[in-house]
Amino acid sequence: MFSIDNLRIRKQKVSAASFPHWEFLAPCLFILAVCAGWPLLRTIFFSFTDATLSNLSDASFIGLDNFVDLARDQEWWQAVFNTFVIALVSVPLETFLGLIIALILHKNFRGRSWMRAIVLIPWTIPTIVSARMWAWMLNDAYGIINDLLLRMSIIDEPIPWIASNSLSIVSIILVDVWKTTPYMALLLLAGLQAVPQDCFEAADVDGIPMRRQLTTIVLPLLKPTIIVAMIFRALDAFRIFDLVYILSSGNSANATMSVFARRHLVDYADVGFGSAAATTLLFFVAFLGVLYAIFYHAKIKKIGLD
Amino acid sequence: MLMNPEKKWKVRKLIRNSIFYSVCCVIAACCLFPFYWAIVSSLKDSAHLFSTELWPSVITLENYKTVISDTTFASSFLNSVVVASLTAIVTVGVCLMAAYPLARRRFPGRKRILMTALSVTTLPHVAVLSGMFELIRVLDIYNEKSALILAYMIITVPFTLWTMTNFMNSIPKEIEEAAIMDGATPYVILTQVFFPILGPAVVTTGLLAFISAWNEFLFALTFTLTNQARTVPVSLALFSGASQHELPYGLIMAASVLVTLPLIILVVIFQKRIISGLTAGSVKG
Repeated sequence: MFSIDNLRIRKQKVSAASFPHWEFLAPCLFILAVCAGWPLLRTIFFSFTDATLSNLSDASFIGLDNFVDLARDQEWWQAVFNTFVIALVSVPLETFLGLIIALILHKNFRGRSWMRAIVLIPWTIPTIVSARMWAWMLNDAYGIINDLLLRMSIIDEPIPWIASNSLSIVSIILVDVWKTTPYMALLLLAGLQAVPQDCFEAADVDGIPMRRQLTTIVLPLLKPTIIVAMIFRALDAFRIFDLVYILSSGNSANATMSVFARRHLVDYADVGFGSAAATTLLFFVAFLGVLYAIFYHAKIKKIGLD
Repeated sequence: MLMNPEKKWKVRKLIRNSIFYSVCCVIAACCLFPFYWAIVSSLKDSAHLFSTELWPSVITLENYKTVISDTTFASSFLNSVVVASLTAIVTVGVCLMAAYPLARRRFPGRKRILMTALSVTTLPHVAVLSGMFELIRVLDIYNEKSALILAYMIITVPFTLWTMTNFMNSIPKEIEEAAIMDGATPYVILTQVFFPILGPAVVTTGLLAFISAWNEFLFALTFTLTNQARTVPVSLALFSGASQHELPYGLIMAASVLVTLPLIILVVIFQKRIISGLTAGSVKG
């Protein structure tokens, strides 16, 4: 009765046929459909209509008008430009600093777990709180940053970090880098830990200096992780909202695509136009997402997606 | 003067170590200083707030008293606790169920579900804003906490699903097979066998979901109108004095510290788990 064959048959039967996949998946799929799928489709639909906040249900179809208006809108192009500047400057900076931190955390030294906790703190602090804290530190009259710079006589007069248009984007990038470098460092650290430890040991035995180990072992082996992490972060940078909302203090010259879309959607109640801007942002991100998926492919194999 | 090789090596090691530790100190200072400065500013009275002394000469808890006794802040703090906890509980429950077949069975559509979840994590949230607004209005939950919980599902569920699937993948096959041979149904396996094993994973993913719900701003700003449902980030953002140029920074900093402290304590306690959760869901695979 308890032959191996019998066992095998029972096992197959149980695992293949009778498992209620869809019962287990249903709640999750339902939530994804209701909270992501449906609103997303509605937003794309609204972008072809003249919907307003007070008139969502019977908006009329106006074709591509919203997108044509968008293409003619100077402020929109400013927002696109700002978003690209923020993404293109902050992501490489975060990668560079994140790599340094990851290399440090990869080493075995006293106080490592303290260091890890400290590095995580900027990531933990709610974005709004970070924005408020930095706005206070960067305050032109009473901020500590200007005070320190003045005292060290690096500058002669206070710098209007937030009030000035060109500088407020610098401030936004600064705070974004401060806030997200920890996350980048963790992603890179995970990649570093996957590099076989013997590589480093062999290099140490051969007496290869740290700098050469970095360029000949670490960077080549870490390249896939770095690319994936950078795209992952770029996707995040493209939708940046909170920081800009606080640090640009409503100044449209510093808006990003998300801020622009929300302003038209909610503040001006122009749901059609705002949705068109959101949909365009979606396309930018989808393009990056495709890149991400391509680079991610190799990693996905690991959990058996193929 | 010639040094013997051993001494030379020691000196070099000392120099290398001191460079290493000073880099560490610089990084730590950069990470901590803004929060430190927020604490210092919150402890100053209004006369000293604008002086840039690194340690307050007069320490006062006046700002904290004002913030705590402020009903707006207290209610938004409570709202945040409720919204973030419920979001985390619902998310973890739903994803725990869904991760079971996704991690342990091969069936048609599995790959598509995981890829969909992954692409939803990258979605710009403003792209669902108008659709979500309509949904919330139809359900008649505008300016309710449930509206925020509903909206936060889009942020927490896809990420948690991935992380949970990864964690569940790592449970040895034999455990499940033994349970099946003992006649356990899938529900029993999930709740009595997997759930205890996955305890750490549940804590990790729940904590991450809690943090992202606690910190969320865009939906909270858009879907709430009054203090009834407003969460902490929104009330902090709308916290302002008589005019734009007279922001009550002492109060803002006190509120910021109060809002952040619970998170920092959680992160310091659970740092290892948080790191494993953050990286398991994204790059490590």
